[in-house]
Amino acid sequence: MTRFNAWNVFKNGFTGQKNWDRQWRDPVPKKEYDIIIIGGGLHGLATAYYLAKNHNKKNIAVLEKGWIGGGNAGRNTTIVRSNYMLPGNHEFYEHSLKLWENLSHDLNYNVMFSQRAHVSLYHSPGAKDGAARRYNIMRLHGTDAELWDLDTLKKNIPHLNYNDARFPIMGAAVQRRAGNARHDSAVWGYARAADSLGVDILQNCEVSGVKRSQNNIESLETSRGTIKAKKVGFAVAGHTSVLWQMAGLGNLPIESHKLQAFVTEAVKPLLDHVVVYGVGGAHFYISQSDKGSMVFGGDLDWYKSYAQRGNLPMVQDTAEAAMAIMPCLGRIRLLRHWAGVMDMSMDGSFFICKTPLSNLYLNAGWNYGGFKASPASGWYFADLIANERPHKHVQNHNLERFEKGINIDERGAGPDPKLHG
Amino acid sequence: MNGALVPIQNCTVDMIRIKCPYCGERDHSEFTYGGDASIKYPALDASESEWTKAIFFRENIRGMQKETWHHTNGCRLWLEVERSTITHEIKSVKACHPQIEKITKHK
Amino acid sequence: MTSVRKEKYGKINRDKVLGFTWDNKEYFGYEGDSLASALLANNIKIVGRSFKYHRPRGVMSCGVEESGALVTIGSGSKADPNVRATTQELYSGLIAKGQNAFPNVNYDFGGINNYLSRFFAAGFYYKTFMGLPPFEWGKGTGIWMIFEKIIRKAAGMGKASREPDPDNYEHANDFCDLLVVGSGPAGIAAAQEAVNKKLDVILIEQDSLLGGNNLSEAEFDASLLQNQLESSGIRVMSRTTAFGVYDNTVVGALERVTDHIPNPNSKLPRQRFWTIRAKHIILASGALERHVAFNNNDIPGVMTVNASRHYLNRYGILTGNNIVITTNNDSVYQTALELQEAGSKVTILDSRKNINLDLPKEIDVHLNTLPFSINGRKKIEGLDVCKATDKNNKNTIICDQVLISGGWSPIVNLVSHRGIKPIWNQENLCFVPGDIKENITVVGSAKGIWNKNDCVKSGLVGANEAMNTLGIHKKEISFPSVGGWLNPIDTLFEVKSNKFPSKSFVDFQHDVTAEDVRLAHREGFISVEHLKRYTTLGMANDQGKMGNIIGLSLMAEQLDKTIPEVGTTVFRPPYTPVPIGALTGRNVGKHFRPLRVTPMHQWNIDHGAKMIEVGLYQRPWYYPKKNETLSDSYIRETTIVRKTVGICDVTSLGKIAIQGPDATELVNRIYTNPFAKLPIGKARYGIMLRDDGMVMDDGTSWRLGENEYFMTTSTAAAAKVMSWLEELLQTRWTDLKVNVTSVSEQWAGTSIAGPKSRDVLNECVLDSNEISNQNLPFMGVLQTKLKDGTPCRVVRISFSGELAYEMYIESDYAHGMMDILWESAKKYDGCLYGLEALGALRVEKGHVTAAELDGRVTIDDAGLGKMASTKKSYIGSAMRKRGVLNADDREMLVGFFPINEKETFNAGTIVCEKNNIQGQGIGRITSVTHSPELGHWIGIGYVNGGLDSWKDVTLVGADPVRNKQMEIKVVSPHMIDPEGKRMYA
Repeated sequence: MTRFNAWNVFKNGFTGQKNWDRQWRDPVPKKEYDIIIIGGGLHGLATAYYLAKNHNKKNIAVLEKGWIGGGNAGRNTTIVRSNYMLPGNHEFYEHSLKLWENLSHDLNYNVMFSQRAHVSLYHSPGAKDGAARRYNIMRLHGTDAELWDLDTLKKNIPHLNYNDARFPIMGAAVQRRAGNARHDSAVWGYARAADSLGVDILQNCEVSGVKRSQNNIESLETSRGTIKAKKVGFAVAGHTSVLWQMAGLGNLPIESHKLQAFVTEAVKPLLDHVVVYGVGGAHFYISQSDKGSMVFGGDLDWYKSYAQRGNLPMVQDTAEAAMAIMPCLGRIRLLRHWAGVMDMSMDGSFFICKTPLSNLYLNAGWNYGGFKASPASGWYFADLIANERPHKHVQNHNLERFEKGINIDERGAGPDPKLHG
Repeated sequence: MNGALVPIQNCTVDMIRIKCPYCGERDHSEFTYGGDASIKYPALDASESEWTKAIFFRENIRGMQKETWHHTNGCRLWLEVERSTITHEIKSVKACHPQIEKITKHK
Repeated sequence: MTSVRKEKYGKINRDKVLGFTWDNKEYFGYEGDSLASALLANNIKIVGRSFKYHRPRGVMSCGVEESGALVTIGSGSKADPNVRATTQELYSGLIAKGQNAFPNVNYDFGGINNYLSRFFAAGFYYKTFMGLPPFEWGKGTGIWMIFEKIIRKAAGMGKASREPDPDNYEHANDFCDLLVVGSGPAGIAAAQEAVNKKLDVILIEQDSLLGGNNLSEAEFDASLLQNQLESSGIRVMSRTTAFGVYDNTVVGALERVTDHIPNPNSKLPRQRFWTIRAKHIILASGALERHVAFNNNDIPGVMTVNASRHYLNRYGILTGNNIVITTNNDSVYQTALELQEAGSKVTILDSRKNINLDLPKEIDVHLNTLPFSINGRKKIEGLDVCKATDKNNKNTIICDQVLISGGWSPIVNLVSHRGIKPIWNQENLCFVPGDIKENITVVGSAKGIWNKNDCVKSGLVGANEAMNTLGIHKKEISFPSVGGWLNPIDTLFEVKSNKFPSKSFVDFQHDVTAEDVRLAHREGFISVEHLKRYTTLGMANDQGKMGNIIGLSLMAEQLDKTIPEVGTTVFRPPYTPVPIGALTGRNVGKHFRPLRVTPMHQWNIDHGAKMIEVGLYQRPWYYPKKNETLSDSYIRETTIVRKTVGICDVTSLGKIAIQGPDATELVNRIYTNPFAKLPIGKARYGIMLRDDGMVMDDGTSWRLGENEYFMTTSTAAAAKVMSWLEELLQTRWTDLKVNVTSVSEQWAGTSIAGPKSRDVLNECVLDSNEISNQNLPFMGVLQTKLKDGTPCRVVRISFSGELAYEMYIESDYAHGMMDILWESAKKYDGCLYGLEALGALRVEKGHVTAAELDGRVTIDDAGLGKMASTKKSYIGSAMRKRGVLNADDREMLVGFFPINEKETFNAGTIVCEKNNIQGQGIGRITSVTHSPELGHWIGIGYVNGGLDSWKDVTLVGADPVRNKQMEIKVVSPHMIDPEGKRMYA
């Protein structure tokens, strides 16, 4: 496969761009694979890539019901950060951030990870202390984290609402290594890299049935025929429950909720950081894409849904939250908004774990955090499938944790999935 | 490729309207979504495992489901709503409390 | 292209001359001009630059689909980037600038990109900029971020202001029987028919003038129409765009109230966001003319054919001298005649071999002929043409304008918002709306009906369909059939060029070419979604209104499939971009969220309180004297409370009236501690758990009668607890006969704390004996009267650890209560104290609040395990002990002292063992204060295993984000008066 680099871009300029290869093949499904990952989103593709790369697995397929990256991979606000606090979570997300830092080189695909700093505003002394706890724990794990006082914040981002904000801005908790990335290119980068290691990416291959014995999955019925598998991994985010029940496994600690994202018309550089805040019942995050669009989002739409569509009141809420913090956004025009289906878990943390079936592995429960998690999700999930035991960082991220009283609840919101945004 | 058509992704925007049996039809923004109305909460002295199942595990229905909504900015009734989680179409609304349901039905 | 204003043409008001500024030069136009028409009238050809190659862009259309003439309007804090000049009405003093160009759109350094475009194919940026060129050496993101800076500067379009948007916006609501979107022939017919049948009709038109495509006709009079419609009772909303259709026939619309006025009344909103709830919607949104991809099809002077007709008959502008019209359909011939009549030389290239039309003799019509390539760079110098059957033989037609018609696309966007898949109509080469099950009817060219008479007819039929669904009558209806041209349209989306590199544009703003689509295909991006994302086709400001179908057809050709097999594009709301300000409306600045204040808010301020935001509330933070700092003030207030007495507004606590025969049963089930035997006239402190056994909230409940309780909750959890109780009573415990009512707003509360509090209260109530220790013991409740006769409730309860009371009074009497209490307290050298002192007092006592109860804490963790009854079941009793929640090494509430008493520390500090300052540590400090009584800083928080595990061990408080680290020791959280002698005094 032609490598991606400036030299080949230059060369192709003279050959009419004719010498680029297909970025991933369109293979005919084999009758059987050693490992099948269901879900051609970022998590599924990353899992296949790390299975092939880190664990030298050969006979792998990724099954995607539509086109790769068509779900939440393409419906998020592309923020990458590791400001998680609880044991396991922090190690996991920091590992993910480290993978992001070298992902373009690793995949030979520019995923445009821009470490432009994640700036989380605080609006009260209590919120500052809460942020200090979280960011102290990050520092004590060797992760970069700092607090900006108001002056530092003003110097860095002069055009926030320091004058008449309903909730005065007092400062910010900052992770400089965090930022945003280009979501589609991460999908294509993983697909291309996995494909080049021999992974079969099977698009338009929807799983319609799971054939199993008492303890095992034997084969999958798909829109492209029956495919046998020695091991199966689920990585289908908001649709996990559907697949889980197809395998006859009953209920999961997951509810599907929708989250909207918003994009404006492109303008010249207006915001050089990722800015986030939550106060007064509002929750808001914004950054500017390299193309110039302001990309932002807010809370869940609050009710359970499998529909990739947002509701109007939440559009207005999010616009209010935007203006509250950046009053100059009033004249910027909203171009598109859409919704993704989130697999909200009961404590806001994910599952990378074994299941009641001996050859089925589960990757789900990503809540709001799926995009940034993708590299680590693939890495740890591949590790689990290959070694048939969880890595110590994800040893508690299983389905039994609720009965065991293990609480991985970053927000402390309790067992109400809609509150874990 | 399989020759399949590209699925058209549903991209409409919601404006759910809920017919509160007490107040009449209102925008969903007046209400707060509760959760799965089919959950049978065990007795207070039931076992941990019964409670674990009730609190933490969900059928997460893709289709018509019974769910609770609280008319927070209205009459403050808790309502049982039958709604599709795919299309958001609402089939029925009634008060959760059986006695209140009887009264409001005739309203 | 030389465009000129023609006498006797147009609907502009030539009596009213309007001066405006374009790129710092002054020009004139007329009332009724759009900015685009005024620019054309002044023969300004280049009005913009494209996104990637910075190619010159002229006016390409006359409406919302414009992707060439994007300009910046206004300046300073009112600068509006990316405005379509075609929809901006001209006004006197309008300031417009070209954008995405340096130094200006005529001479743009960025234009160098055009010469490098062979390297800048679709997606090239995914293939490089990772590391040091040429082989992307390096690691990490450092090199990319240098490139990124440059890329970001080059990207974007217009420049936005960083100043707050000074304008106001409004939200408004309306209702109607029938909402008609679009005032073209079909929409007007529908609205008139419906209003004649007494329906309440709203007609929405995005343009300033009514008429839709009628406006392109010479004879049409828009103001006459407007008068007719309004006098017939139709509610006409012009300058209003229906941008989205939602569930239950709700339409979102944006009204531009003052965007066309030079110095608008500052009381008027700039724009109004409408939510209109209709019973039925008729979409008469029209159709857009497409272009065709061929080499250099973007040179300024290229325009759609219909746009040119609009400019002639609406604005009185002849857009070219020597015009070539290229078409594949019948729709252009009338325009050609009119342009010729107005004085241009017109040549028509029709791609079809033969057509059955009365071809005008005076116009040169070349059948079977295709446009091949435009000559010229900043303006059109000529057009190379070829026979459709022989692309090798070209000849050049000298011209200054090329008008293109590649067919028409019905505007199905609003139907698409409903998730309804458009259907490909092969005969007319367009998507038409699919079947709609809701109360929405599509009429006119939005349905693919081309003939004007049929459009009118479809409008009438549409109105009758609406009346059918509304139950007004039952009529058989039948719509005119789709199409209506005499000759079939020819399949023509692209004229392929072998010339390399060809620049046949599909998306004009984003510079997506036909070659880009083919490159995407070669690289495997064959699904519509991948094509769109990889090439950015259809992601510009016009959202693919112009180019999407061409892109689809090119992909279909590569895949050897039909267009519907390849897919369709999904149109997401909004139809045209909506300013964030308009979506926000008036909820800006201080109005972002409602402000909650207590009934004695003004009293507090009048008495010197500095306020602080607590949730939606503002509460007194501290009451500084003269030059006191926060720290001076709270230390003084704390000291006085411990010494004499202090008064503090605690109204923001949640208050719930619990009434009914099963009231006792309810409180007994929701609190962990026993309430069944609480006597009347006594209060009890209680802890509530969530279903999962974690602490939800704490508060007190007072038994006022056999069947009546008064519950207080924390400020933060007030709304949550109320909803929770309602949920329990209405869904789980429907057999309980209890009613709960939020009375948070009804009662004002204040705490009176300190050794002199009894003396103060004695002076304030009518009967001073009532407050005696005997009559009102610790946790006693009293319903009594203030000395002015106002009824009040007093409870003897202590958060500070001192002898203390809380007094509640009906909210309207709050000022009076404060006056009476304060007058008395002053005599005892008392003080008013705020939240900071309240916090200091409770930290000294080891009392927990939200800072300690973070949702992950069990009742045992919080050191309140003895409040968990073992004799009853309650919410959370089963779950609170599951698994590791029982473990001995769990965190437990403790107090912290600095080893060095001069040392301070912060909440949020992580507690570590001395030789192991890393990771999660062994605990954390949650709240701190200076303790005047102890004379040094103290804190409370958690350590694993609690006090017993770490007694007398020197630990380290690590606070790296505030550059602090100090030695600390663990003590009991009850740091002052652990036996509670003072509060029992």
